[in-house]
Amino acid sequence: MALNLGSVEFPLRFMRYDPRMYQITVLSALLVYGIGWLDFEISAVNASVILISVLLTQYICTYVFRLPKYDPRSSLISGLSLCLLLRTNSLLLVIVTAFITIMSKFTLRWGEKHICNPTNFGLVAMMLITDLAWVSPGQWGSTAFLGFLIACLGGLVVNRASRSDVTYAFLVFYITFLFGRALWLGDSLSIPLHQIQNGAFLIFTFFMISDPKTTPDSRAGRILFAFLVAAGAFVVHFVLYRTNGLLWSLAFFSLFTPLIDLLLQGHRYEWRTISKPILKEQVIIQPQRH
Amino acid sequence: MKPILTLTLVLLSIVILPKYTLSFCGFYVAKADSKLYNKASQVVIVRDEDKTVLTMANDFKGEPKEFAIVIPVPTFIEREQIHIADKALIDHLDAYSAPRLVEYFDDNPCAPIIAYEAMPAPPALGRADFKKSHLGVTVEAKYTVGEYDIVILSAKYSEGLETWLKENGYRIPKGASDILGSYIKQKMRFFVAKVNLKEHSKLGFSYLRPIQVAYESPKFMLPIRLGTINADGPQELFIYILNRKGRVETTNYRTVKLPTAMDLPLYIKGEFADFYRAMFNEQVKKENMEAVFLEYAWDMNWCDPCADDPLSTKELGDLGVFWVNDDNPQPLWLGPGGAQDLFITRLHIRYDARHFPEDLVFQETGDRTIFQGRYVLRHPWSGDENCEAAKMYKRQLRERQEQEAQTLASLTGWNINNIRKKMNIEKELKTDNKKWWQKIWKDQK
Repeated sequence: MALNLGSVEFPLRFMRYDPRMYQITVLSALLVYGIGWLDFEISAVNASVILISVLLTQYICTYVFRLPKYDPRSSLISGLSLCLLLRTNSLLLVIVTAFITIMSKFTLRWGEKHICNPTNFGLVAMMLITDLAWVSPGQWGSTAFLGFLIACLGGLVVNRASRSDVTYAFLVFYITFLFGRALWLGDSLSIPLHQIQNGAFLIFTFFMISDPKTTPDSRAGRILFAFLVAAGAFVVHFVLYRTNGLLWSLAFFSLFTPLIDLLLQGHRYEWRTISKPILKEQVIIQPQRH
Repeated sequence: MKPILTLTLVLLSIVILPKYTLSFCGFYVAKADSKLYNKASQVVIVRDEDKTVLTMANDFKGEPKEFAIVIPVPTFIEREQIHIADKALIDHLDAYSAPRLVEYFDDNPCAPIIAYEAMPAPPALGRADFKKSHLGVTVEAKYTVGEYDIVILSAKYSEGLETWLKENGYRIPKGASDILGSYIKQKMRFFVAKVNLKEHSKLGFSYLRPIQVAYESPKFMLPIRLGTINADGPQELFIYILNRKGRVETTNYRTVKLPTAMDLPLYIKGEFADFYRAMFNEQVKKENMEAVFLEYAWDMNWCDPCADDPLSTKELGDLGVFWVNDDNPQPLWLGPGGAQDLFITRLHIRYDARHFPEDLVFQETGDRTIFQGRYVLRHPWSGDENCEAAKMYKRQLRERQEQEAQTLASLTGWNINNIRKKMNIEKELKTDNKKWWQKIWKDQK
């Protein structure tokens, strides 16, 4: 995919080099809104501890796993997502979650990729280990939904070179399932509409399942992956009657990503960083055949 | 020995939770329970893992023969799974968990400051036939329990179910068919109850007692959709959830804490019910009527200040708390951090079909933080000593009263001038027009 940056203004151009900057901006804004206006059950102390812990773990891992240099951006995204989703009253659990979230990137690997989206892994692991950590999917309400949606869609525009196809495919499948269920039950369509007007659903769709480092390499693989995650989440919610279906489903089907990659081969994704020289018409995804 | 133990416990509670101790003492003066509302439904949900006991109370005031309910339930219900409860149980639970008003009395500002006195220990815890009809409706069972005739139905088609209900004397509102159809496809059964007039007059109750149903299902939800069809205006619902883990919240609606620990003008003592209703209205408006309100979240071993005593082991057993019984009683009060095996969450919802299109879905959280709707009256010191501290106190008192008036106005939407008038305070606080530097050198003319 080619990008022409000749006519783009500086800020947008800056973010286009690295979509993570846009993500960090949006997630930070959501966090400020959540704490300031929606009374999220997370104290400034807990949020700070999460952010410091993820950055520190990333720093230590940079040395332990001999990475060429310390890059806080991905871990900051994981940390902000944890702030938005993780709820617990224990500072110790906050630190443990932050630690295993970042550690999962370095230890749960298959070839060049990590298997699970780190935030997803951290949340699911904690929900499995203890009752004292939980995710509150209902706390967003639907009042500011449109604003969130625009911010998230903005990410897709700025970030168009990366793998947005998995987000689109997931949205199509999951919304089809919800509306299909409502039509089959004869329910008013206000019900599925209410089900998707949820900030947690947006964070999942635009910041978690879309993680280019953990999704399958090929487009066909990503669409299959999106289908499986949507179907799994639907089953958890409407067949097993459990909450947080999206998180459980993503964690489960991430385990199958290596298999999907084996069956449907494609290009591996590399984050584009500002330090690399940008030339007009430069290819932003650097393909690596394997 | 006993006083020493009590003292140790009190001291322990202060050491462990000093903030708590300081902020919660005060004398309980009034409560705002569900009786403030004319048409309120109350539901108690006892839940541990998938085991659920539902107790439903309705303040139905019409003729008993007019009363009928249709409740979707997730499983088939045997005769032994149904029980009729004593209304007093829910009244007690309501009173125990209701938002409360407490009062404090200001100390003499001229008296030397005495170290904070330990609070007194809270009181110890008082201790079928299978008949297929042509409508596709199967009467799976028929029971007469207490004053109720109960039928468990399963159905294939909503139209059939609607017709069956109508033929059997149930008035089904328009629009129910779609919702019934949705529940049928979700494989829900229908728990249908009418009053058996003969049994009712034999038992001699002047009201209808709450119906209890015990079942096991992963569905942790409360069907509210049928209730929204024929309602004239929004409905009031109080849900008390008793579980082991901790606070319960809704996963498909925002759960919002009621504003709490506010200082209010003294005259509210006589108008607490009005205050609570107005305040709740304002909060509902603020959340666009899309939120569920948390009014109480507490470990049921104790309370402080108590709007009513905690429930006894027997009462809890009657409500369906199956893990607490005579062999395994609720432990005596141990204070915060004591044995914790029963947690209560009280939710208050004002709902209609437009703002609450979906049934309520709940989840248990590991949050055992205590919360209560609590409003404070602070009586001013009324002595006539005239020390420096007293002058300062009087100045601050006036500011405090203005603050109380503003708090009340913002919580209730009431007119601030009317509030000031009722408080007997001047319209506006006279602001000191002096510049800050004019106050430094007092000898300057």
